[in-house]
Amino acid sequence: MLRGVRFCVNAGECLQITGGNGAGKTSLLRTLSGLMYPEEGTISWCGSNIRRDLQAFHGDLAYIGHEPPLKPDLTAYENLRYWVGVRRRLANDEMSRELGRMGAEQWSNRPVRTLSAGQKRRVALAGLLLMAAPLWLLDEPTTNLDTEGQRLVGTLIEEHLAGGGLAVAAIHHELTISAALVRRLELSSK
Amino acid sequence: MNTSVIETSATGTSAFEAARLVLARDVRLALRKRGQLVQPLAFFAIVTTLFPLGISPELSRLRDVAPGVLWVAALLSSLLALEFLFRDDAQDGTLEQHVLSGQSLTWLLFAKTVAHWLLTGLPLAVMAPLAGLALGVPAAAVSGIVLSVAIGSVALSLIGSIGAALTLGVKRSGALLSLLTLPLSMPVLIFGARATELAIKGAGFAPPLYLLGALAVLGITLAPLAAAAAVRISLE
Repeated sequence: MLRGVRFCVNAGECLQITGGNGAGKTSLLRTLSGLMYPEEGTISWCGSNIRRDLQAFHGDLAYIGHEPPLKPDLTAYENLRYWVGVRRRLANDEMSRELGRMGAEQWSNRPVRTLSAGQKRRVALAGLLLMAAPLWLLDEPTTNLDTEGQRLVGTLIEEHLAGGGLAVAAIHHELTISAALVRRLELSSK
Repeated sequence: MNTSVIETSATGTSAFEAARLVLARDVRLALRKRGQLVQPLAFFAIVTTLFPLGISPELSRLRDVAPGVLWVAALLSSLLALEFLFRDDAQDGTLEQHVLSGQSLTWLLFAKTVAHWLLTGLPLAVMAPLAGLALGVPAAAVSGIVLSVAIGSVALSLIGSIGAALTLGVKRSGALLSLLTLPLSMPVLIFGARATELAIKGAGFAPPLYLLGALAVLGITLAPLAAAAAVRISLE
């Protein structure tokens, strides 16, 4: 599906992957995350092949796919406790802080099935912040978000990069972050 | 990809704590979706109640077929719940997050299987003596029935977890899951029914129970590894 893809992302940089439907953006992100095996080539993290110690690489990685990984019958709080809690210990005030930052605190005690798609996305983004991982892989992170939410995603990425993190995002829209921080990789389908 | 190390205050969750969270989440979800919880138990009750109507109300005849009836009903009930073991988690991306969590997937899937046993196998073990009494089983055999179903259902859940993981990517996987799981479950059915039969006759039922225990231990050792490998393949 993907041929000739070669790039390097440094700390403090964001790589924006663009391309039409079916160009392979999601496949590339899944391959980078280690969920899919590349038929050829290697993916390196901090200079070593991710396959050498996949579990350690995953500890440094936060991946948000198309659909927020939330359980409809649990509240936003419960979802974060079980989802992010598997990776790292979470304090209640930490969850409240990040949910508040995403403008999601007022509905955080409601079952997720009662939330709109945009509200679910905000809860998932709070989970992304709570994971405290240096590498973010984001598949359409602004989907279903209003204009203010899309700006917020840009701010979050900027802050993450400023803290020494890096991000790879597959996204159709323009990211609302400083152009100096973003490099683009366009995938074309043949 | 290169990076400088980002400063975080993250405190990693221990493997035990991660497994506890997975188990607690599955139990909480099951208690909120009681339909899925009740379905295998209702099936077990219906099947064991229908037999006296179909064969004969004569207790001596029912007592003879009770071990087979109890175990076939337990096996099919446990199979009924297996389809849900990983399916919802695969659909909503939770399994992907487990793979990417930095924790051992084998350990997390083992926790999920333990939750599955607590929610289906254990209630079946509690319910089996009631069904047994309806089939004319003497009260003295209750402990043997509870023990054999409890231990046997551990093995069934573990064997089933491999089948459930292998059929993750398959639509309407119920039939395929049965085809994969039932042949592997035959030793559990044979030793379980034998233990129940010996308990009904008032004889020592320890030997088949030990064999069931050995199958459960074998399952604990190998099934989570196989399930984790199958989940990784299914998610690719």
